[in-house]
Amino acid sequence: MQGHSTYTPGTAFERWLDRRLPIVGLVHSSFVSFPTPKNLNYFWTFGAILSAMLVWQILTGIMLAMHYTPNDALAFASVEHIMRDVNYGWLLRYGHANGASMFFIAVYVHMFRGLYYGSYKEPREVLWLLGMIIFLLMMATGFMGYVLPWGQMSFWGATVITSLFGAIPVVGQSIVTWLWGGFSVGDPTLNRFFSLHYLLPFMIAGVVVLHVWALHVVGQNNPTGVEPKSTEDTVPFTPYATLKDIFATSVFFVFFAWFIFYIPNYLGDPDNYVEANRLATPAHIVPEWYFLPFYAILRSIPDKLGGVICMFGAIVMLFAVPWLDTSKVRSANYRPLYRWFFWILVIVAIGLGWLGAQEPKDWYVFISRLLTAYYFIHFLVILPLLGLIETPKPLPPSISEAVLAKTGQQAHA
Amino acid sequence: MATSTPDLADPSRRDFLYIATGAVGVVGAGALAWPFIDQMNPDASALALSSIEVDISAIQPGQIVTVQWRGKPVFIRNRTDKEMQDVKAVPLGDLKDPQADAARVKKGHENLLIVVGVCTHLGCIPLGHQGEYEGWFCPCHGSVYDPSGRIRKGPAPLNLEVPAYSFLSEKVVKIG
Amino acid sequence: MNANSKRMVLLRQGLLAVGLLVLVMPAVAAAQEAATEGYLPTIVKQSWSFAGPFGKFDKAQLQRGYKVYKEVCANCHSMKFVAFRNLSDEGGPGFTEDQVKTLAAGYKVQDGPNDAGDMFDRPGKPSDHFPSPFANEKAARAANGGGLPPDMSVLAKARSDEKRFPQWLFNAVLQYQEYGPDYIYNLITSYGKEPPVGVTCPTGNYNPAFIGTTPCLAMPQPIQDGSVTYDDGTKPTIDNYARDVSAFLMWTAEPKLEERKETGLKVIIFLIVLASLLYFTKRRVWSNVAH
Repeated sequence: MQGHSTYTPGTAFERWLDRRLPIVGLVHSSFVSFPTPKNLNYFWTFGAILSAMLVWQILTGIMLAMHYTPNDALAFASVEHIMRDVNYGWLLRYGHANGASMFFIAVYVHMFRGLYYGSYKEPREVLWLLGMIIFLLMMATGFMGYVLPWGQMSFWGATVITSLFGAIPVVGQSIVTWLWGGFSVGDPTLNRFFSLHYLLPFMIAGVVVLHVWALHVVGQNNPTGVEPKSTEDTVPFTPYATLKDIFATSVFFVFFAWFIFYIPNYLGDPDNYVEANRLATPAHIVPEWYFLPFYAILRSIPDKLGGVICMFGAIVMLFAVPWLDTSKVRSANYRPLYRWFFWILVIVAIGLGWLGAQEPKDWYVFISRLLTAYYFIHFLVILPLLGLIETPKPLPPSISEAVLAKTGQQAHA
Repeated sequence: MATSTPDLADPSRRDFLYIATGAVGVVGAGALAWPFIDQMNPDASALALSSIEVDISAIQPGQIVTVQWRGKPVFIRNRTDKEMQDVKAVPLGDLKDPQADAARVKKGHENLLIVVGVCTHLGCIPLGHQGEYEGWFCPCHGSVYDPSGRIRKGPAPLNLEVPAYSFLSEKVVKIG
Repeated sequence: MNANSKRMVLLRQGLLAVGLLVLVMPAVAAAQEAATEGYLPTIVKQSWSFAGPFGKFDKAQLQRGYKVYKEVCANCHSMKFVAFRNLSDEGGPGFTEDQVKTLAAGYKVQDGPNDAGDMFDRPGKPSDHFPSPFANEKAARAANGGGLPPDMSVLAKARSDEKRFPQWLFNAVLQYQEYGPDYIYNLITSYGKEPPVGVTCPTGNYNPAFIGTTPCLAMPQPIQDGSVTYDDGTKPTIDNYARDVSAFLMWTAEPKLEERKETGLKVIIFLIVLASLLYFTKRRVWSNVAH
């Protein structure tokens, strides 16, 4: 009994429904009988954690929208109204603001997991591309959400980021004016950002459905990178993966709760508790932490257009990763060189994030340039070359044998 | 060996663990739902505005003044002697929602009727000095109230609501 | 084969060196910065009753802080998001509703328009917000030599530490969220110090705690020993005034702090119980699968 059963409608009602809309069968094949590699580690639970965060953000967001006022004269006060007067308003707002950060923490772990285990490789390219679209939508949503409280950092962050489009030759300034709906960030900008901030999460949810669909066509990758060969290699998604996912999600929420309840303003900027003032820029403009690596890349280039191109390029380049990586071996566990470069990339990304928060003085700019260059070299040079020069370790014949070897070793030790 | 059947060795312990986990999960979901529901209840600033003070000294006999309380209209009617005699003369048995006029006003201020100006049928605002009894008439669905604000004809089930109020002085009434 | 493995070793060592370099970079940079940077405010951490996971406001301290705010700060600083009724809210200074009524009635609040279309002043009600000392920003600037006294409602959350590595990591674990009151306390108590040689304040007042590009701020020393009379026998010193008003401002900025921390404890304990149960359930389900 392998459990990879197909759904057979039991009751008369189920049979009636199944002939008209086979939705139960669809859910069953996607989330119950779906064969899951049995050797997945906890890095594979971040997909479920991300789904939970998306639901959490949409729920708290809808509740907040019931009390928030998108008007440049009232927005800041309406957020204070939520914090002070609305029942559990403080919980909704802190939960939503910190939820955005948790969402990005989870998505970065998810993406680096994909990079380490080569989860983007044939036949999972479309899965990776859909994930990148979700990432882009998340960035847009996070950015516009940060503008809504209409504090100093909201206002000046919006000004700086929208001004990036001014770097586009010829039409740049017209585009910026169009984005603003005026000659500076103002009430029209706030209103459209609110509208789009409400819309985009539902677009994310739509692309998530496609992402899950694509996943279920090609199946999950696993730490060996070797495709499951028999039913011995897999377990049914429910209860095995579901329970593991729910457990991991509950642990993640302990971490999340620490932020909501004990250090709710830790990841925020104090300047955002000062109402937007269009006549005074804060001394030190920083975006939310999850944009810092890209912000550091932007600032490291001494040319406006060049900086914008590099910043967007740093993200767009990731779309091409399935084709930049020439190695046929998926998992870095069997790629002795790539493994090193992977960890260097992680450190470089964290380094860029740290630099993005610093004031752009000479010595920081120099290091930022170094790390920016390395970031591009990693994807454009190292990744294609490694596949050609690296001698991978021998792959296990199957997941089961890899597991057996590992557990055997443990028994030995 | 991979199999899909979980350990069945000790069914009672296994069941207890599953039931406990499930129960704790359900409790958590319930507790989480409450803030999401409660946030739609009136907030602290709305609750704080629950009373108003009105100067009644300038209201002439026969006049109805409308003030706003909790976002709703409140009618303050200085009734004429004839209106008061008329409403007192009605036998309680003739009323849909029997209530004596004396129970709807404050002693010593019988001329002053204070009612919430919301039709008890479906929430429209009745028009003053109109309808068969010259009390109120609701244009939406034809409910007729007398000068005591009691329902006399039409679909409304109850008399116009008398809010909690008190006289702070001869001139000032506190509603709410 | 042998040459190949030698090359591997060399490469590994090279990569390790690069990795280490990137890792130590922030520390080197911080040291470099500390050596070159001109002005850094001096903020000495204080201990607060509301710090930490079980933190609660000291009601008597908040009441004293309110008195300092009312008699001193409120002459220039508005507090527009706080209502009188908040003073009797759970987790606040703990005034009774009757006390709040009396206290609110002591303020003049503009209302209107009346039936003639005019605005008029009336005694405050608990539902009113604290009236602002100036009609608008221009009036505030005109009365303060061009400087704008900031609104105090969320001031204690609007000032924060530079997030320096690695201190910011410790702050997350130790739940350090009291930078605002620390700053306000330090600012009030750091007036009147002798500026170091070469530092002058051509405009404004020298204060080594001030967060800015220079240690000069527009606000003159706001309070002296004895400016406010405490009713509970607390010594009327600048130090006490500063401490009490900082606590009060933390409360105005974060009135749900106690509710938040209490809820947090319950939520985290609950989640840990749930996670443990789920862990054992998961283990049991997986117990017959080698993985």
